[in-house]
Amino acid sequence: MKSFTYERASSPAAAAAAAANIQNSKFIAGGTNLLDLMKLQIETPAHLVDVNGLALDKIEATPQGGLRIGALVRNTDLAADARVRRDYAVLSRALVAGATGQLRNMATTAGNLLQRTRCPYFYDTNMPCNKRVPGSGCSAIGGFSRQHAIMGVSQACIATHPSDMAVAMRALDATVEAIQPDGSTRNIPIADFHRLPGDTPHIDTVLKPGELITAVELPKPPGGTHVYRKVRDRASFAFALISVGAIVQKDGTGRVALGGVAHKPWRAEAAEAEMPHGAKAVTARLLAGARTTHDNAFKVPLVERTLASVLAEAKEMKS
Amino acid sequence: MEFDDELKLSRREFLIVGATSVAASTFPSVLNAQPVPEQPPLVSKASFTVNGKLRQLDLDARTTLLDALREHLHLTGTKKGCDQGQCGACTVIVDGRRVVSCLTLAVMHEGHSITTIEGLGTPENMHPMQAAFVKHDGYQCGYCTPGQICSSVAMLNEIKAGIPSHATGDLNAAPQLTPAELRERMSGNICRCGAYSNIVDAITEVAGRRA
Repeated sequence: MKSFTYERASSPAAAAAAAANIQNSKFIAGGTNLLDLMKLQIETPAHLVDVNGLALDKIEATPQGGLRIGALVRNTDLAADARVRRDYAVLSRALVAGATGQLRNMATTAGNLLQRTRCPYFYDTNMPCNKRVPGSGCSAIGGFSRQHAIMGVSQACIATHPSDMAVAMRALDATVEAIQPDGSTRNIPIADFHRLPGDTPHIDTVLKPGELITAVELPKPPGGTHVYRKVRDRASFAFALISVGAIVQKDGTGRVALGGVAHKPWRAEAAEAEMPHGAKAVTARLLAGARTTHDNAFKVPLVERTLASVLAEAKEMKS
Repeated sequence: MEFDDELKLSRREFLIVGATSVAASTFPSVLNAQPVPEQPPLVSKASFTVNGKLRQLDLDARTTLLDALREHLHLTGTKKGCDQGQCGACTVIVDGRRVVSCLTLAVMHEGHSITTIEGLGTPENMHPMQAAFVKHDGYQCGYCTPGQICSSVAMLNEIKAGIPSHATGDLNAAPQLTPAELRERMSGNICRCGAYSNIVDAITEVAGRRA
């Protein structure tokens, strides 16, 4: 691990200002992803701003009937919150499908959104990776790409975003609240928060240098039946090959977001018009234009079959 | 220390002595995964309670909680397995919650209360979970055992607090103490010897006793 200076932030605005003023700063909260990457010298911050002392660990009801989840709410606490379990079950289910008990006790809501990819070539510092070293090339394209993205990919990167939580947040139309170094705040719809790789895969999100996530807001409960299904190589503690987060209403309409297929949680509102017509019709539109490799072409039929299973389960849960 | 003296030490004693002498030398060691600093380390103060005792340390800010416990406080019951959060051997309890001590910095724990395997029980006065692991033979080599025990003690409290898991059927009901629940909740603790079924038996016995 490279040496760094360390400070404990006194307020969200002070944290953002410190991170903007000191070159190569990083916020640290749970640390479960950042420290792992620092040990491998994939992340080499010169300064760490510890935000754990900030009072951003509450889940509060909003005047609009939704929930405002503080950036520092731990994954365990978010999954266990009675309101989340009752009204946003897809989020609880997604959270407990990820990581382990120990990691969920540490990992925060904001940190979960800011996870870096788990592409093995991003982790292997002996291999070219445009996300780790811009311009060095992509080892996954032409390499072993079984885990990689099939939607929104570029010539520079086919990495996926590893979060389960973010998939549920996308299905729930969450909004990310952030504070700038000058103290002003802005709200970013979750759909716009993560970027596609394009020519700059080293930039994961639209956050600006120093910008700090303070909360994630959920709109009022969407109702319906909530299902999160994760397909992976092990029954527990493994990243998704693909995952499906779905909210299905009584009349068969609803929402579907996918994990494990793109550089961001993947959702296409236009495809959801097909929900009453079943999984085949939805998948055809949701994965239109898919660019697969020899190794990950299985993800297209896997999404369709998993979605069919999810829709059947939702139907059963309703009756 | 003379070479002859070293030969007389048991392997365990040698490891402890080795770890101590590393702290005073500039040579890297397999016991201390931090690389040799390229610049003078930036020292930060950290103070927290470990097993009921207030500890104050001046640490290189890079020091993980795991390395602080093992290399600085010489509490070597907590084990370093993968050092990347995948194996659970380094699990300790911080303010009542289980965490992997390899993926957190010691300086991030100012004022926290940390419990390690040494704080749960002693050979003369074992924690019920330690006794149950012995009774049910919940290990072979024993390297993952301190992590398994710290993890399982805190995990039972998570079930009691109603925290759901991936194996929980009804999200809005109290989670049940089924083998499927225990296995899912303990998936962050790897046992390479494969003592899992005995570990489940040990935890089940303790859980039953508490219920």
